[in-house]
Amino acid sequence: MSDKNKLLEVKKLKMHFPITSGGILKRKVGLIRAVDGIDFTIEEGETLGLVGESGCGKSTTARCVAQLHRPTSGEVILRGNDITKTGKTELLKARMDMQMIFQDPYASLNPRMTAGSIIAEPLQIYKSRGMLEITKAEIIEKIETLMEKVGLSHHFRNRYPHEFSGGQRQRIGVARALALNPKLILADEPVSALDVSIQSQILNLLTDLREELNLSYLFIAHDLAVIQHISDRVAVMYLGKIMEVSRSKELYKNPLHPYTVALLSAVPIPDPRIERERQRIILTGDVPSPDKERHNCYFYDRCPKSFGRCKEAVPALVDVGSGQHVACFLHHDKEADNS
Amino acid sequence: MSTEIKENIIEISSEKNSLFREALFQLKGNKSAIIGFIIIVGFILMAFLAPWLTPFEPNAQDISIRKTAPFVSSHILGTDDLGRDLLTRIIYGSRISLIIGTISVGISLTFGILIGLISGYYGGWVDRIVMRFIDIMLAIPYVLLTIVIVALLGPSLINAMIAIGVSQIPQYARVVRASVLAEKENDYITAERSLGASDSELMFKSILPNCIAPIFVQATLGIGDAILSSAALSFLGLGAQPPTSEWGLMIASSREFVTSAWWIVTFPGVAVLLTVLGFNLLADGLRDVLDPRMKD
Repeated sequence: MSDKNKLLEVKKLKMHFPITSGGILKRKVGLIRAVDGIDFTIEEGETLGLVGESGCGKSTTARCVAQLHRPTSGEVILRGNDITKTGKTELLKARMDMQMIFQDPYASLNPRMTAGSIIAEPLQIYKSRGMLEITKAEIIEKIETLMEKVGLSHHFRNRYPHEFSGGQRQRIGVARALALNPKLILADEPVSALDVSIQSQILNLLTDLREELNLSYLFIAHDLAVIQHISDRVAVMYLGKIMEVSRSKELYKNPLHPYTVALLSAVPIPDPRIERERQRIILTGDVPSPDKERHNCYFYDRCPKSFGRCKEAVPALVDVGSGQHVACFLHHDKEADNS
Repeated sequence: MSTEIKENIIEISSEKNSLFREALFQLKGNKSAIIGFIIIVGFILMAFLAPWLTPFEPNAQDISIRKTAPFVSSHILGTDDLGRDLLTRIIYGSRISLIIGTISVGISLTFGILIGLISGYYGGWVDRIVMRFIDIMLAIPYVLLTIVIVALLGPSLINAMIAIGVSQIPQYARVVRASVLAEKENDYITAERSLGASDSELMFKSILPNCIAPIFVQATLGIGDAILSSAALSFLGLGAQPPTSEWGLMIASSREFVTSAWWIVTFPGVAVLLTVLGFNLLADGLRDVLDPRMKD
């Protein structure tokens, strides 16, 4: 797995949000365990897809990696530095290597700024802090090359976001993320809010940019087809835990975790004959509330294949060969659990 | 040649985008806003051109022509109990009203924006403490609050402006806080934060410009309110002092003649009414145009 360099390593990341009640003096009455101890790595030039249903903690994971939320515990190691514990200046330096793309292109661009100034904003911020030497002319040149790179005419530099379509706006968001030449892009559902025809354009753009600039992506989506298209490896998340991490091809061909199986069986097939005969696994019940501490498998309540051991312990994410890691006792042999 | 064309494209595309240009364009279709706008422009012109609009001095007394009725002599609106030309005094009064309006709104805007931004942006206990304090200020009747402030500082026009400005801070703070709360949840704020923008950059460079529309409406409404309040304070003897030609003071000092010489009380009152009406109409129109919820 690791001949290449690890770009990002996340260890035992937990993000618990307090639930408070009361007026002026708030009391803590509970915890939402949005992310409850996850580990993953991203190598240079690799795309890790993160998939899961709404509320399973995908976005929170990305925000914790970006240090928009300071995680409750765990480590986020970017190019060898644990950025959860660094000071402001070091964090700012680390952020040069790590940029975000957001879901809603209508909300993620400041409506009072022109496309050019939105793209230049990261440069301006780092320039004003003395961390980047760049002249005004260079900034304008950089804006124009970035705009051309993401497929926008540089004539649109002085237009405002409301004059662009959704796809064009997302391109501006991508250009902004590229401005500082980052190594890692955290893409938080970058195509979910777009029309299907536009989705493929943005996906192709992201794929091209990855080749051209040797980028790595943490790519979050709830659309399995999108994830399959772009990812090298896929991590399946449920209730704040990673259930399975596999090479993209393996995962779709041979899903191991019962949750992954159920998830994949929900993907419709665009052929009515096959579609009619398709076996769907319908999960019973709802996603449990993430406000309780769990001592059994996180998927136990809804798992169609649960058995005795599942109730007794939390299965660890274990390598089961051929690049597949799965957190399910069905696929663990005893040795793996003891180690 | 080609660069010239490029520059043109850029200029054209950037020109049509100012929010207020767009707002002004839409205001053209709003009749009451136009009426308000005309009244306000007239009022501002009157204030600036006062010495050229009238041959009389605002404080020149002539006892021989006291209480001259309107529309019978060169004193078009008549004279008051000391023989001063009423129209001249009303025209000069517009200067004072304009100053009061802008300065007191300036005071409440400055502090209201600061308080609202900090409270809305940081949230948590800062917000809770600040907002409870604002609630207390709102619970005290506003005239009472101004009277208390003027009583503390002493009656004068400047103190009246300060009092009106301070007593209006809560209104602005609430408006600003509400729009900051809505605006700060947007992804572009998260995006800028992930780029490393500092709190003050986010507050003043990103959030505030996006909250400007409701603040602008509130400020327009506030100028009218401030003029009305200053007239009320002067009427109570807590604002401008004689012989200043302030509208409220003019009404107060001639209220005993309301049956014998109606015009001395009436015309300054009409001036107050028209000005406040003008600002309210314009503010209403601006709200329709600037508030996206009012749009289809």
